[in-house]
This record gives sequence, structure tokens and C-alpha cells, in this order.
Amino acid sequence: MVAKFDLTDDSVVLIIGTGAGGGVLANELAQRGVKVVALEAGGRYLPEDYINDEWESFGQLAWVDPRTTSGDWRVAKDFSGLPAWIVKAVGGTTIHWAGASLRFQEHEWKAHSTYGHVAGANLLDWPIDGAEMAPWYEKAEAKLGVTRTGDRPGLPGNNNFKVLEKGAKALGYKEVHTGRMAINSIDYDERMSCQQTGFCFQGCKWGAKWSAAYTDIPRGEATGNLEVRDRCHVLKIEHDDKGRVTGALYVDKDGNQQFQKARVVCVAGNSIESPRLLLNSASSMFPDGLANSSGQVGRNYMRHVTGSVYGVFEKPVRMWRGTTMAGIVQDEARFDPSRGFVGGYELETLSLGLPFMAAFLDPGGWGRGFTSALDGYENMAGMWIVGEDMPQETNRITLSSTVKDQHGLPAPDVHFDDHPNDVAMRSHAYKLGEAIYRAAGATRTFPTPPYPSTHNLGTNRMSANARDGVVNKHGQTHDIANLFISDGSQFTTGAAENPTLTIVALAIRQADHIAAELGRKNL
Amino acid sequence: MTAASPWRGLTRRQLLSRGFAAAGSSLILGAGFVAAPDAAWAYEAAALKPETLATLIRMARDIYPHDRLGDEFYVVAIKGYDTPETAPEIEAGIAALNAAAQGAGFADYLSAGWEDDRVAILRGMEHSAFFQKIRGGLVTGLYNQKEVWPLFGYEGESFSKGGYIDRGFDDINWL
Repeated sequence: MVAKFDLTDDSVVLIIGTGAGGGVLANELAQRGVKVVALEAGGRYLPEDYINDEWESFGQLAWVDPRTTSGDWRVAKDFSGLPAWIVKAVGGTTIHWAGASLRFQEHEWKAHSTYGHVAGANLLDWPIDGAEMAPWYEKAEAKLGVTRTGDRPGLPGNNNFKVLEKGAKALGYKEVHTGRMAINSIDYDERMSCQQTGFCFQGCKWGAKWSAAYTDIPRGEATGNLEVRDRCHVLKIEHDDKGRVTGALYVDKDGNQQFQKARVVCVAGNSIESPRLLLNSASSMFPDGLANSSGQVGRNYMRHVTGSVYGVFEKPVRMWRGTTMAGIVQDEARFDPSRGFVGGYELETLSLGLPFMAAFLDPGGWGRGFTSALDGYENMAGMWIVGEDMPQETNRITLSSTVKDQHGLPAPDVHFDDHPNDVAMRSHAYKLGEAIYRAAGATRTFPTPPYPSTHNLGTNRMSANARDGVVNKHGQTHDIANLFISDGSQFTTGAAENPTLTIVALAIRQADHIAAELGRKNL
Repeated sequence: MTAASPWRGLTRRQLLSRGFAAAGSSLILGAGFVAAPDAAWAYEAAALKPETLATLIRMARDIYPHDRLGDEFYVVAIKGYDTPETAPEIEAGIAALNAAAQGAGFADYLSAGWEDDRVAILRGMEHSAFFQKIRGGLVTGLYNQKEVWPLFGYEGESFSKGGYIDRGFDDINWL
């Protein structure tokens, strides 16, 4: 039943990347009868393959191709070769994600109008809004089985949540619950309910968490309209003399170069690889890279204002037990510049196992100040900060002039400087996070610096005007009609919410648009 | 005995019969062994000098001191450096550490009896490539030992036991 398309078949839609954007788009197009070839740089791993051991799993799933970092963000110092913690596999980072599925707030679609001018920020309103996105969010929530949406009940709270809830409610917070999670609280859509196993980041071995790897991908393949080629790394998108893209050159699993022809190309390699591919596809007609007449390809890289707070208590918490991120405080997600910054942030439960806690609690730290913290590991609770960061033109993905990847292509450099608004927000969130744990009885708290980025956004942003961004409101590049961007790099601004639900909603909407345009022979 | 794993085979009588010199918390045996004073473990140096190995074990403990962990876990964490390929770099690094200790008025690093004194010596070289190599290696070498996890209360994987849904994911009772 699985389709097999010829390399010379120029009627197919070619999708590069199979994560939350590309994997969903592939299935949604296939369901609408569109022939699709999806190229995925990583291999295929299913729940039985996932490893509940942090470092072993990292070795199995993480994208560790050469990358460089620059800028004043602490990740560049602590993890200079690993700017992002994302997945190289069929299904992409939907294997690793924690499942938090929040809609944007209404005002977050209009950050520029709402926040006004912020010095040094390249703020822009999205060309779409909450009303436009509402039906697509509803479809995305149904696809992912998001708890506390539709008639799906919430997950039960684990120990880590109970500590967060106790402290947050003691401080008077109201919006405290076990989250809207793409992790089943009851059997749903042929997936079982959460068994409170932990290791959400290492791939859910029960399949209780939604991942494209074992939902959208096989369902798309079952239509006979989708062929997924794994371990195929795209080197370059090519175009004809009319400036329309014609397909992509890639290295297949045997190390041979192939060229797949296509009618439409959709790029969904995440916010580092997608702009890198456009830049690496520069030609005499497009010397600055594809779809880059605005000069915005690779710019406005966002990664959310993040950080963690851990607290040590007098008695055991055992935060690693149960759903990793099923706990949230939403009160600070609001727009309230009286706090000293624009935008807002969410506080979400988070835990790391002992091996990753040692690596991430205070990278580079040593001595008793560090080890006495780990001695309290069993009595620790943890939360993650995720807030809106400011898009800045100078935060960007560029091609390294010195480092090349295993295929000989320039590696991406990820440059990021914190904006003063980011710093003010993180500082505010650290203080509140620590106050929450103290209110629950913590004897010691740790404002832990950001991990390598899991939310990579904005490097091919959506804009009403071609001069301001890379794609239009359908993710279609302003410059090249049959070239689309289908991942989080479309984000005009980042909002305070974990991005996957919005990436999925945009992908469903884009599939509808592409299928309709193909039907009208406009593509 | 292999150089690849510490072992607990020597009895105290056997240890005492070999003749040894005390060095920090480890004992340097005449025949190229490093061992715990109570014979809880012993390790045969393959490429490093026994004195170097004993100093490296002490250094590892001073970087990540956990009083609940015996030296054998630190031995496992650093034994990968005990190869002909890495020995010259380690010998040079430990020589520099001893020189720094002498600069601070001690005969060598192991002669500094107080942890605070040894930590002060380490602080003086914490930006060196040698220190960062040892520290960085310990992050995984020490904390990724499954045998260490229970000593911190960490339970590791739970999938094979059906997760925690019936085993205490929400059993906190002191809040």
C-alpha cells in the first residue's frame, strides 16, 4: 500500500522534513489525494525502539550534525556545538516534545500593534489572527487529542505538579492545572492512556503522547499517496530559469546523490535547517539564497525566553515519576507591561533524570555548592519557564565560513543575543518560580540557565508585505510561488506558548490551501 | 583482574601482605595497584603511575564530592584515562596539579589534608584544558553510572514495571 514515486515524477509535492510541520502536512495532503514524497534526514524509530535512558536516547534521536554558536546567550558558552536539542528521525521532534499544547492568546497574533515599538526588536503582526486560526486549532487539538479541550479530561497530577500547585495557589495564582497536553488521559484515537512512566522527552513507549512518527506518518502512508524516504538528507533545492523550484538534490541512505523532481516543494526542517537549506540553495538567479529578496531568511531567530527553577524540599518529591510536563501556571502569560516587560510567560512542570540534571543544573559548576544540590535530587521539584522573546534581525542563522557538515555543506551558525526584554522577563520568572517553591516549603532553590533550544522559531517569518518577511499567510514564499515553508520558522512572533500545536494547526491549514490550489491548477 | 573494572576481590589480609603506602583516601600498593584502605575495591593501573591514579581519584572526588559515594564510583569514572594514548596528558596534568600544590606550600596535591585547601588549588587551574577535560568527563562518567542512581534515590526507567500509574506517581504525603 505504501506508495513509491519515481525520481522523475514532477507531479508530486516534495516535503523536506517529517516533524510537527512536515509530517502533518504530508499526511493531510495524502488524505486529500495529493501525491507526496517526504524526505527525512533521520531514521525510523517507533515506541518499541525508544530508550528510557537519557544519554542513550540522546545518542539515538538527537540531531548532532556540526553546528556553531555565537552571541551572548549562555547556551553558546555551555553547549557551543549544540545550540538546539531537537530530533533527527521520522516524526522529528514530535518524538521528543513534552506534549504541552496551548493556543496563542488573541493579542499575541498582533505583537507589534499590542506592544508598540520596542527598541531593538523587529516586531511585526502576523497576517492572520485568532479568529482565522480557531477552526484549525480545533482540528489540531482533535488530531493530537489535547486534554482539557473538546470533551477530553485533564491528566492526573503527579508529585511534581502537586508541589507546583501548592506553592502557586499559596501565592494566589488561579490558572493552575495539569495542562492542555497531547498525552492521552483516556484511550483516544487508537492510542492508550498515559501510564505515568516519565521519560516523555525520550519518546513515549506507550504511544500515549501524540507523535507524527506513529500517527500521521503511517496513516499518510496507508492512503497510498505518501512515500517517506528516511535517512535522506537534502543538500539543495533547485529551480528553473523562470525562478520556479523544480525539486531537491539529496544524499540517500546509501550515500548516493539523487534528485527528486517536484511540482511543489515544502520546507519543514525546523528553524535552523530550513533557512540553512534556502541559503545553501543560492544560485546565480538567487545569489542571497532562495526566497530571500527581503533579506529576512535566517533572521529573527527566536527560542523563547526559557530557564528552569528547581527547588529542594525537606522530604522526597520524586519529580521524575509521571508525565513530565503535565502542570502549568498560566497567570503570568498575560500582557501586562507594568511588570517591566512586554509579552508573558508560562510556568510548566519539568523534570530531568539524574544524568541530565548533572549536565544541565549549572553547566560547568563543580564543588560542594553543586554536588550538595544533586544530593537533594530525590527531594527536588522542577519547573520550566517558557515566555515570548523579542524577534531581532541580528539573531540569525548564517552559513559557517569554517565548519562543514558530513556532506561538505557549510554548517549553520546560530547567533543569539538576549534582548533586554528577554532578560527582564527571565529575571521576573526566576523570582516568581523561586517564590512558588519557597511557598511550598523549599529550603533551597536554583535559577537554572536555559538548555539548548527546543523551541526554534521565526527564521522564515510570515508577513503581509514581501519586504518584511519570507512567506505569506499560507506559508507560501513571497518570491517563489511553488515553494512553501511548513514549520516553526514561519512564526512572525513566538508568543508565550509551546509552539507545536500552532505548527500543527498551520500545517493542516496549509494542506487545505495547497490541495485547493493544486485543484485549481494554480500550482 | 582486568584494568577495565574495579574489583572487590582482595581481602584485607592480602592487601596488607603486599606492602603499600597511604595516599589520600586511596592506598598505593607496590605492585601497581591502587586500593581502598579497607580493601573495598582495588584497581590495577595499566598505563598511569599508581601515584598519578590515586591523585586523579582524589581530584575527581574534590570536583564532585558526594560523601555517600565510595571511591570505586570515581575510579570507574576516570579509568578511561588509564590508557597508553591518554596517559601522557594525564601525567602532565597531574604533574601541574602537584606543582600548583607545591606553590601553595604542600608537598603535593595529596598532601593537602583539607578539602578546602585542595579546592583552592583546583580553583586556580579550573580554566585549564586539563581540569575541564576531567570535570567534563565526570559529568557523564560519574552520574551516568546506573549503580550510582539508587544512591541519589533516582529510579531510572519504569516502563518495564508498567510506569508509576499504580506505583506512586502522586504519592506525596507531606505537602
